[in-house]
Amino acid sequence: MKYIFYVGILILGACKQQPQEPQIQFQNPSNFPEPHYNLSRNPVTTEGFKLGKMLFFDSILSRDGTISCGSCHIQSSAFTQHGHDLSHGIDDQLTLRNAPPIMNLAWQKEFFWDGGVFDLDLFALAPIEAHNEMDESIANVLNKLRKHPKYPQMFERAFGTSEITLDRFLKALSQFQLMAISANSKYDKYIRNEGVTLTTDELAGLELFKVKCSSCHQGELFTDLSYRNNGMIPQRFKLNGIDTIDTGRERITLNPNDQFKFKVPSLRNVEITRPYMHNGSLRTLEQVLDHYQTGVKDHPTLDPVLKQNGKLGIDLTNDEKKKIIEFLKTLTDEEFLKNPILSEENP
Amino acid sequence: MLAIIASTIVISCKKNDTEPAPNPNLTGSLEVEFENFVGTQKFAFGTTYTNPNTNETFTPSMLRYFITNIELKASNGTIFTVPQNDSYFLIDQEKPESLKFTLNSIPEGDYNEISFTIGVDSLRNTKPVGERTGNLDISGTAQGMYWSWNSGYIFVKFEGSSPQSTAVDQKYRYHIGGFGGYSSKTINCVRKKTLSFGKDVAKVRTNAAPTVHLITDVMKLFNGSTQLKIADNNTVMFSPFGINIANNYVDMFSYDHVHND
Ligand code: HEC
Ligand code: HEC
Repeated sequence: MKYIFYVGILILGACKQQPQEPQIQFQNPSNFPEPHYNLSRNPVTTEGFKLGKMLFFDSILSRDGTISCGSCHIQSSAFTQHGHDLSHGIDDQLTLRNAPPIMNLAWQKEFFWDGGVFDLDLFALAPIEAHNEMDESIANVLNKLRKHPKYPQMFERAFGTSEITLDRFLKALSQFQLMAISANSKYDKYIRNEGVTLTTDELAGLELFKVKCSSCHQGELFTDLSYRNNGMIPQRFKLNGIDTIDTGRERITLNPNDQFKFKVPSLRNVEITRPYMHNGSLRTLEQVLDHYQTGVKDHPTLDPVLKQNGKLGIDLTNDEKKKIIEFLKTLTDEEFLKNPILSEENP
Repeated sequence: MLAIIASTIVISCKKNDTEPAPNPNLTGSLEVEFENFVGTQKFAFGTTYTNPNTNETFTPSMLRYFITNIELKASNGTIFTVPQNDSYFLIDQEKPESLKFTLNSIPEGDYNEISFTIGVDSLRNTKPVGERTGNLDISGTAQGMYWSWNSGYIFVKFEGSSPQSTAVDQKYRYHIGGFGGYSSKTINCVRKKTLSFGKDVAKVRTNAAPTVHLITDVMKLFNGSTQLKIADNNTVMFSPFGINIANNYVDMFSYDHVHND
């Protein structure tokens, strides 16, 4: 079965006289499960998406107008802050963690490395109000938008009313983020039988990955969305002058059994989202594989998968590691990274 | 002469008629008023109070708490539950108008008990943003009463300064919340309080809106089943110790009096 697959975006033929206005529509990639996000509550529309995109790239959301969501979430790096282990926010303060990609969020249940936010619509409040990110009050953001020459009109187009409420603001931001769908990697085209084949090494890597990694990095999203300790024991460090240790999921549940557990990340576009892990402490995929082979640290909450028969880590040869990396690179989705519809340069 | 007697009788009959048995098919209003105290003294920002149990002194600068999910019980046992959407109030010492609120559409009755929740129930805490308007609007009334990094309302916020605080700025900060967790269980600081009016009744009638006067004694936030010492805990936010404070704050509330007019 052959068919052309668009990244959830249909470019409908518009009249020839006018410049083509892409129509935005959420579509579920055929190899993905059903989204977790309730789209009937906030259907993605062209105007809602456009508003959300403008907000996402607008530094009006920060106290001093210097930082936008897009400052830390850059499209060409799958919406991460490329090259930074910890993200840089307002006044060049550091964040606690490495910025994860904004990608396939409709299929996520909880957000942040520790899952502290359980609804995408609630998410934007966190970076806006965090003192080391945008350091602005949400009430103030809404007031700035109400006085803005363009926003009231854009809300009118998106929601049928120019009245700017928290609910509509958050929903518009969600609409943009929901459309950041990555499902057109080489791997996807192979899986969907779209005439693409994997090399022998890539295929061998895929098979190894299924055996060694997919118990956690599961399914088409490459995560089972659970919280686990993969043996990266965090160290104490000074964050903006304050002695800190990142206890992970325990921060949210206050349950000591959750200490040092972090959300299993998706591995889509992993080739270009370095550095890796919640604290960005591993710089390359080779280092990640070395970690699983020999770097896993024991701890009472270490995932049992990484300590089988009393042996720490995952059994891997150097050749197997290379093949797994070859496979991981097939998850890079150039169409997503260059999708003009998501691009800041293309408002 | 006879006419006068007759009219007197009519008038006295009318007098009795002004207090007929409550008609549950009619509705009226009730006002609830909170007055904040520290021990026996009225609560005021900038005033320094001494805790007799610990000899610690403190000067409050912020006091806010959510009173929600209100129920009224009549002397005949009937319970009236305020419709959920209209049952969320934020008492904020900084905003005098917030210390009083009116409950409407209450069936006529002689009410002698009030119950309420301190905090925001888990159901509402997990509702879509669009269903958290009014006093729950995080960009409005409820600003500052929400943890955005750990989605959930802060139920009680009490801050001030104290020479006993070892914090660099000598402040104490109690931000207590936690509704039990979304996908994993965690602390639950939602508390329910029932206050009886004793022999008093609040007579809710179509044409009479009584006021129930309640007292909140924040000294009890320190002095309860757990003795909270500023010297030991100057900052309590989302942590297991919050439960101890919740167990204390549930006893801050007492019934004082009712005005029927
Ligand atoms: C200062 C840099 C910075 C800014 C500005 C910023 N973010 Fe983030 N973002 C991060 C970091 C760091 C994380 C991971 C934090 C954590 O897990 O504790 C993150 C996580 C996220 C996540 C969670 C993804 C996941 O998989 O769990 C989303 C969604 C997100 N950001 C959206 C936004 C939006 C929307 C804005 C603008 C309102 C924004 N970010 C602004 C740095 C930033
Ligand atoms: C026991 C579950 C588990 C297994 C098995 C596992 N991982 Fe992970 N993986 C995790 C968790 C949890 C994290 C995040 C940890 C952190 O941030 O501290 C992670 C992070 C990663 C990252 C970093 C991604 C990023 O965006 O920062 C890569 C790459 C990765 N794993 C690859 C692999 C590979 C390849 C295998 C198999 C050899 C594997 N994992 C096996 C749980 C697992």
